[in-house]
Amino acid sequence: MRGAKSAKWVAGAIIVAMSATACGSSDSGDGKDKGNGNKPAGYVSIDVGEPQKPLIPADTNESNGSYVIQALFTQLLDFDANGEIVYTNAESVSTEDSKTWTVKLKPGWKFHNGEAVTSQSYIDAWNWYANIKNNQQNSFWFGDIVGYDDVHPEKGEPKADKMSGLKAVDDTTFTIELKDKVPYFNYKLGYSTWAPLPKVFYDDPKAFGQKPVGNGPYKFEKWTHKKLIQVAANPDYKGPDKAANKGIQFKNYTTVEAAYQDVLSGNLDIIRQVGPTDLPKYKQDLGNGAIEQPYAAIQSLVPAFYSKTFKDIDPKVLQGLSMAIDRDTITKTVLNNTRTPATSFTPPQVKGNQDLGTDVFTYNPEKAKKLITEGGGVPENKFFIQYNSDGGHKEWVTAVCESIRKATGVDCVGDPKPDFPTDLEARDNDQVKSMYRGGWVADYPVNVNFIKELYHTNAESNNGRFSNKEIDKMMAEGDKASSLDEAVKAYQEVEKKLLEEMPAIPLWYYRINGGHGDKVDNVKVDFHGDIELTQVSTK
Amino acid sequence: MGRYVARRLLQMIPVFIGSTFLIFAMMFALPGDPVRALMGEQAYDPAVVAHIRADLGLDQPLWQQYATYLWHLVQGDFGTEIASKREISEIIAQAFPVTIRLTLFAFTFTVLVGISLGVIAGLRPDSVRDRGLLTLTLVLISMPSFVLGYLMQYLFAFQWGITTPTVQDSNNFGDLFLPAVVLGSLSLAYVARLTRTSMAENLRADYMRTAVAKGLPRRRIVGVHLMRNSLIPVVTFLGTDIGNLMTGAIVTEGIFNVQGVGKTIFDALTRREGSTVVGIASLIVLVFLLTSLLVDLLYAVLDPRIRYA
Repeated sequence: MRGAKSAKWVAGAIIVAMSATACGSSDSGDGKDKGNGNKPAGYVSIDVGEPQKPLIPADTNESNGSYVIQALFTQLLDFDANGEIVYTNAESVSTEDSKTWTVKLKPGWKFHNGEAVTSQSYIDAWNWYANIKNNQQNSFWFGDIVGYDDVHPEKGEPKADKMSGLKAVDDTTFTIELKDKVPYFNYKLGYSTWAPLPKVFYDDPKAFGQKPVGNGPYKFEKWTHKKLIQVAANPDYKGPDKAANKGIQFKNYTTVEAAYQDVLSGNLDIIRQVGPTDLPKYKQDLGNGAIEQPYAAIQSLVPAFYSKTFKDIDPKVLQGLSMAIDRDTITKTVLNNTRTPATSFTPPQVKGNQDLGTDVFTYNPEKAKKLITEGGGVPENKFFIQYNSDGGHKEWVTAVCESIRKATGVDCVGDPKPDFPTDLEARDNDQVKSMYRGGWVADYPVNVNFIKELYHTNAESNNGRFSNKEIDKMMAEGDKASSLDEAVKAYQEVEKKLLEEMPAIPLWYYRINGGHGDKVDNVKVDFHGDIELTQVSTK
Repeated sequence: MGRYVARRLLQMIPVFIGSTFLIFAMMFALPGDPVRALMGEQAYDPAVVAHIRADLGLDQPLWQQYATYLWHLVQGDFGTEIASKREISEIIAQAFPVTIRLTLFAFTFTVLVGISLGVIAGLRPDSVRDRGLLTLTLVLISMPSFVLGYLMQYLFAFQWGITTPTVQDSNNFGDLFLPAVVLGSLSLAYVARLTRTSMAENLRADYMRTAVAKGLPRRRIVGVHLMRNSLIPVVTFLGTDIGNLMTGAIVTEGIFNVQGVGKTIFDALTRREGSTVVGIASLIVLVFLLTSLLVDLLYAVLDPRIRYA
């Protein structure tokens, strides 16, 4: 029987396939107690996805990884909801001339493995982070320190492995010498990149990245990849932000919709951002658990000043385009109240945010038309807005274009790029046709962060290639100021100048639209839109 | 028979190499650099990007990168991910069992329910139950899987409280029930229709009349004579469908929070993690190749006239 023989082969293949999957299931059999939804009592769960990279403070800047890093590590200082400095591991950070800074640590702090946190823990960590050989994404944050160029040359191998600007005075005191005056340097220290590292790190950075040992309010417990990261409250923690709960579970969800369903059914405590489909009804669903709060982030339209459309454009045209956008209506309808209309180049949560006393950000079709005509109009009467179509931007870009077209008759078309990497590549290579969608979240709550990093001629994120010598000079002067207040004031002047030159059209500030279930309480949001996990209490 | 199988298995090698190269070249051609994309929209240092790219060999030409990749692959090394620095074999070992389990579950559901429905309807063409089946399958075919997914989620989890709305543990068969049913329902409709049509057709065939005339019991006529011949188109469909079930589950995986292959490959693609995409895609190519071989062998089981030398 031919058929019977063939049947034997088929049966054989099926057995092989079955046993292969059986292997698979026995593998995951022991994974069962590692990665399921069982949550220890007193723990809080939140939808924070898989960190992109290993958990090393200076190699993390995306939000998932930052959440975990912030739970595990504490740097010298932090900010309260108003953006004011709160000292955490440092007792004080002081300076006389904005150039040499003295850090005093609080005594008696320990890493989770019992090692003492000393001046050397900070200095060694910062030297390691800054070294080009270690490929740390945030290494440029250390660029203000004397000796940075020795460990991080633009090309070639480092000449030294220590920055000469860092000196330990004793176990709890060290000094930081900067290349130039940076009056707001202490604000930069609030970024999680400045965290210290214990000695075990240097033995095996790779293993450490999977199982970090920090000095923060939580201790690392386990990381089941793509499913869950669990941290437990550190009972010996001495900082002001001691955990009010017993631990945190960071759970990875494939979609925000799935996470939302789990909040509704009580399988998840906190959701950071409700998806667009659930936005219209989330307040009704969650009641008191709904969170809606603005934070320090801005979205703008950035003209490419090298493009055919906006090369040597009269700023009046850009002001006109800005006035042709009906921000109020668009934020309320298309964006479902997830944004607040912008009234300046900086969000209200940062130091130095000011009322510019202008109508450039107010919808006014007649004046918009007038300004555009006065400024000589948009070349070819048409421009493009580049955006990445995987980020939910299509709807508002279409609405903005519609608004501009109706108000001024200038043709505006969306230029979608399939995903974020493609979008970034076009920006980096100066291939933006006329404008792109720009976004910026505060690194530290000072107006400088929203001005210098975006509109200085040499700023890395200045992808519109805006360049104005006078503005650069004003910024340089602001950096020379001897106190933070003076620097902030100087940058306020820069902002007024920006309004005249229009290096970007600010659209709106972000809001967080999240929520929590009824098993947790006291869910607050910090200035850059992260949930203050240490304060969350369980019922 | 053995030689035939051996030949087919050998033929898979060039197909496998060719397809990995194609996928590799496509990933290479895509705009967007994985290392640059890691830096996101915030400030970054181009020197670090250049340094990482040099360390990973991303600055080399395509052929050299591919040669290195293939050389590592034949040694059983799938490479490491650029961002997470995890072994890709580890990522595959985590995602595949989940997907295979989901697929098998959905597939069994499709086969059992689909063929039974098809047989029930096909034996009495144009009867009320036949019409009923046609209507039901029409609904399933025209309903997008996310509609069905959300509907099931709403009914089973929120209205009746039988299950949790999402999968809490991707390794638990009970949890996978809903997503498997949603995933399998489209194929189920096709399988039911194919079975029904081919049964109805074969009912009128000469050999059926002969079998009836011989006075064979009805169970044997339907179960052996009719079924075996009618299943050939169904088996062809099912063979290709296994691959589709494995790769096409992104929507269903998303709704029910299943951490399977679909989501993994989609994420890797948007982050330009070339080695992850090529690794997973190659394995899926292998699955396709093996199931098509299996289908060819099944033909011989079902229809004794088909022989392989």
